[in-house]
Amino acid sequence: MLSGNLLWVLVGTMLLGIAAGITGTFSFLQKQSLVGDAAAHAALPGIALAFLLTGQKELPVLMIGAAITSALSVYCIQWIVSFSKMKADAAIGLVLTVFFGIGVVFLTVVNRSPIGNQSGLNNFIFGKAATMTKADLLWLFLSATIIILVSLLLYKEWKLLIFDPVYAKGIGLPIESLKATLTILIVMTIVTGIQAVGVILMSALLIIPAASAKLWTHKLSIMLMLSAAIGGISGITGTYISSIRTGLSTGPIIVLVAATIFFLSYFISPSGQINKLRRKMQFRKQGDLG
Amino acid sequence: MIEFWVVLTGLLVGITCGIAGVFLILRKMSMIADAISHTVLFGIVMAYIVTQTLNGFWMLVGAAIAGILTAYLVQLLHSSGIQEDAAIGVVFTSLFAAGVLLITLFAGNVHLDVEHVLMGEIAFVPWDRWTLFSITMPKAVWMLLLVLIINIVFLLLFFKEMKLATFDPVYAASIGIPVVFLHYGFMTSISFTTVAAFDSVGAILVVAMLIGPAATAYLFSKTIKQMFIFSMLFGAAASVVGYYLAKFWNTSIAGMMAATVGLLFVCTLLSQKIMERRRKTLVSKLESM
Repeated sequence: MLSGNLLWVLVGTMLLGIAAGITGTFSFLQKQSLVGDAAAHAALPGIALAFLLTGQKELPVLMIGAAITSALSVYCIQWIVSFSKMKADAAIGLVLTVFFGIGVVFLTVVNRSPIGNQSGLNNFIFGKAATMTKADLLWLFLSATIIILVSLLLYKEWKLLIFDPVYAKGIGLPIESLKATLTILIVMTIVTGIQAVGVILMSALLIIPAASAKLWTHKLSIMLMLSAAIGGISGITGTYISSIRTGLSTGPIIVLVAATIFFLSYFISPSGQINKLRRKMQFRKQGDLG
Repeated sequence: MIEFWVVLTGLLVGITCGIAGVFLILRKMSMIADAISHTVLFGIVMAYIVTQTLNGFWMLVGAAIAGILTAYLVQLLHSSGIQEDAAIGVVFTSLFAAGVLLITLFAGNVHLDVEHVLMGEIAFVPWDRWTLFSITMPKAVWMLLLVLIINIVFLLLFFKEMKLATFDPVYAASIGIPVVFLHYGFMTSISFTTVAAFDSVGAILVVAMLIGPAATAYLFSKTIKQMFIFSMLFGAAASVVGYYLAKFWNTSIAGMMAATVGLLFVCTLLSQKIMERRRKTLVSKLESM
């Protein structure tokens, strides 16, 4: 049933889901979910530019390009927010679309060039998990493992950074570089994932598992584990479903699996809607008795 | 003549989006507009699946429903305790994924490929024509004109109410202004704008035209009226300049328009910073005299 390559793709998307679940939790708690969305869109010009400059389709080259423009977009957002009267949402939206627009411009240039047509850079918009090669997967494994390990290593420091930055600064933690590492890891997650699920849907993998996990718990450690688990399960289930029938793109299905988990959590979790309704009815009953 | 229609379409996109964008920026709803621009895809596909035609009218209806649904779901999640950025992120990515999936399942061989919806192709606009009242114009121009009129009428009717609901929602609600109705009405007009513009600049890049000119105008405008005028001017300028740059370099017109929007914003922000610094040094010089 499970052919060799499919097994590897399954493990790959699972690792990606876990990595995105972990970094997504930190960006969620910093209220920066949509910054990740912008950074994911901003990977596009980097990929196209790296290809135009080097003429290579090698994944590491494209990933470096993607990482540079993604990080640049995060920096631009922060710069606009701190140096103008623009609010964060407008800054994020503006940077997101302008970078994406520049990416589309470069992409048309690539597609016109003689080497362009077989380059398949368009795949980066929607991902192509099912047809990833061994080399692609190796990068995915390596990068996802690094993300997971670094997050575990810096767990305590980031926890402090998010919940009590003043205290963290007081005991001499290097706040700025910790923040920068977090941004770098988020960018790295995005860059790792766009090959599998594409630029647009990558932000979903960062946001949805974390938002679902938050519905179940108020403890960071549990939230991280849940979010990682939900990300991993979405990755593996989505890939498996899309492998059953040809022509189903993997990215959207992974996102839809994650969305299903989110809406289930929204209704049945302890802080969910059904529980709220029940408590309301109980309260009313007590009121009637008294 | 063909170029005339393309430039006219671009101008109309710039002006329509410029108008719609002002209250988006002021109400801090830029990212909901971004979300709607993704979810109109879902609405368009559903309209296609239900009616089996690519009729522009049904696309507007589908997009309007998808837009309201997006705004409603975000509001619902947000009011039940999920932080706003996450609520927006969850809603639009799942509806977008559903849209992409439905296209690959049901509308694979129709002229409804995802890339067209996302990136648009303004160069094809002049060939798809409609004849109404014995005037033949490109479909996109008709739709943009219709939406422009809707936006202007909405503004003329509710300008005062929108202003109050934006800057002091509590007071607005207390004197009986239908704040919720205005919110969803405004979101509907944003969905209309997105659909009318997606043929030419694509669903994602329309957000550049919605947010960019208004944001640039916001940097230096003193009044809302000023902001409206500058936003329209910037929108129109960005689309025309973007079109000719794209023609010069033979590249994506929609992408170039978005890039021009960014360029306008950066130039405005930088010149403002430089003026500010010059003023400061002047003041300190005067003080030391």
